[in-house]
Amino acid sequence: MSAGSLTILVIDENRIRASIIEAGLRDAGHSHVTVVHDVAGIAKRIAEIEPDVIVIDLENPNRDMLENMFQLSRAVKRPIAMFVDRSDRASIEAAVEAGVSAYVVDGLKKERIKPILDMAISRFNAFSRMARELEEARSELENRKVVDRAKGILMKSRGLSEEAAYALLRKTAMDQNRKIADIAQSLVTAAGLLGPLEGE
Amino acid sequence: MSMTAAHQITAGFMPLFDSAVLVAAGEMGFAAREGIELKLHRETSWANIRDRIAIGHFDVAHMLGPMPLACSLGLTPLASETIVPFSLGLGGNCVTVSNAVWQGMEAHEARPDLDPARAGTALGALIRERAAAGREPLRFAVVHPHSGHNYELRYWLAACSIDPDRDVEIVIVPPPFMADALSAGRIDGYCVGEPWNSAAVAASTGRIVTVKALLWRNSPEKVIGVRRSWAEENPDALAALLRALHHSARWCQDPANRGALAALMAKSAFLGQPEAIQIPALTGRLQLGGGAERSVEDFFLPFDKAANFPWKSHALWFYTQMVRWGQLPHTPQNLAIARDCYRPDLYRSALKPLGVALPGANAKVEGALQTATPVGSAGASLVLGPDGFFDGQIFDPDRIDAYIADQKRD
Repeated sequence: MSAGSLTILVIDENRIRASIIEAGLRDAGHSHVTVVHDVAGIAKRIAEIEPDVIVIDLENPNRDMLENMFQLSRAVKRPIAMFVDRSDRASIEAAVEAGVSAYVVDGLKKERIKPILDMAISRFNAFSRMARELEEARSELENRKVVDRAKGILMKSRGLSEEAAYALLRKTAMDQNRKIADIAQSLVTAAGLLGPLEGE
Repeated sequence: MSMTAAHQITAGFMPLFDSAVLVAAGEMGFAAREGIELKLHRETSWANIRDRIAIGHFDVAHMLGPMPLACSLGLTPLASETIVPFSLGLGGNCVTVSNAVWQGMEAHEARPDLDPARAGTALGALIRERAAAGREPLRFAVVHPHSGHNYELRYWLAACSIDPDRDVEIVIVPPPFMADALSAGRIDGYCVGEPWNSAAVAASTGRIVTVKALLWRNSPEKVIGVRRSWAEENPDALAALLRALHHSARWCQDPANRGALAALMAKSAFLGQPEAIQIPALTGRLQLGGGAERSVEDFFLPFDKAANFPWKSHALWFYTQMVRWGQLPHTPQNLAIARDCYRPDLYRSALKPLGVALPGANAKVEGALQTATPVGSAGASLVLGPDGFFDGQIFDPDRIDAYIADQKRD
């Protein structure tokens, strides 16, 4: 059987991450992939789709409900169990670390599932890395904005050049063993308290 | 936290009021005083707690009382030997139904008095009436198949001649979604811990019909689950943690600390719910809906009545219910695993140096105490019970076969 013959259901409230997983599965030759963001009516969807493999993000607060449904629901024709290969502890740990879990229907060989789980793990990790980098870039941008405002305040109130204003901020930060952005934020806050026009 | 803490312990918890003893141990300095740096991790599902304790992300966790049994008995996908050296409290749950179901029950003589027998009889009459009219069975929700909620709801229904599998449907819903699911009509009732019952009453979408403390007084609920291998490798850290939890539990029980505890739990890192909605769990004074109010004695006990003692009879009762509802066959091997899961020996050895009152036995006959009864060793006073089941039944852990046989369905 080709890889594409497995039917895979991805349950992830995070749409961006879900689409990254979906793309990865399609790249690996799986054409029967369904993505669900909302668990309302999930039993009916599972009955329609009859998935062989279900991939769920661990942050999903409905995980207990889903697990129970896989085992008991009349909608699920074959029981679905969590993918657990006790001999492969490393892969269980990697999955939990990455924040993903996979469930498979009864009787499916683990060799067929492992590549899917591995792919999900690496895509989950890639997504976390991307989210972290995005967050860092965002706070970097915020920092730059507040430093610019602090420089403006110094230039106006003390008649400094932009270069001298920045040098003063940097020296103060070094003297107090704090970050430039923190010093800049304090200055902007203080200026806001002392006179609303100062900061503009 | 001090850099020089003797023990680092990582603990998982779910945002529920009965994680209070664990949360307060970390946040109010009880753990630090015992030389512990306690790292608390909030989780989103019991499945995550189970997985993270199994693979070693957590050393200990806030768990449903039957959950360590299920882990040790191999009922969970990721099985691991988990032991219980400490209980986080007694009681705390309610059964809440939709306004429509309450109306139907009222037509069959239900009254807003929380009486389990009267409410159950009314519910049974309503269920038969609906069945005769060809209507869908009522759908109830609990938080997990291996939970006190599931077993006490089923116990109540069965004792009132309602078959929990044939006459109603029981589904799983996460606690914070219960009130929403009820108001949206996806479920007709549920059994859950506070504040998720008072939440439905406050929203005027549900009625509290009975409470755990009346179904089985002073009955077990959440526990501290510990990975057995961690407990064996870190006996000093575990003993220190149990002492910290003991002091925290005493603090949580003290009425003088109610405001501080509610304020602590209200923080977004913990329960993230307004202080006011947590007060019923602390006082036992419940709004039932429609203006009715009732005070329930021993509604939730985080400390009193030996609430932290991990009674083997509590574990064994959970075991009998797992067998009763077809989750597990009753075999000598399974029984032995269930008997070894709760560890009063660890509780006793950790707390002995404190000179506090400790029960003399590891198990008791549940339902035998009609009134509050002084017991205890080492000359210190300790009061147990009353611990009755609402239907007057008694669970004798030495007569498990007979108890299981009596509960067998036709």
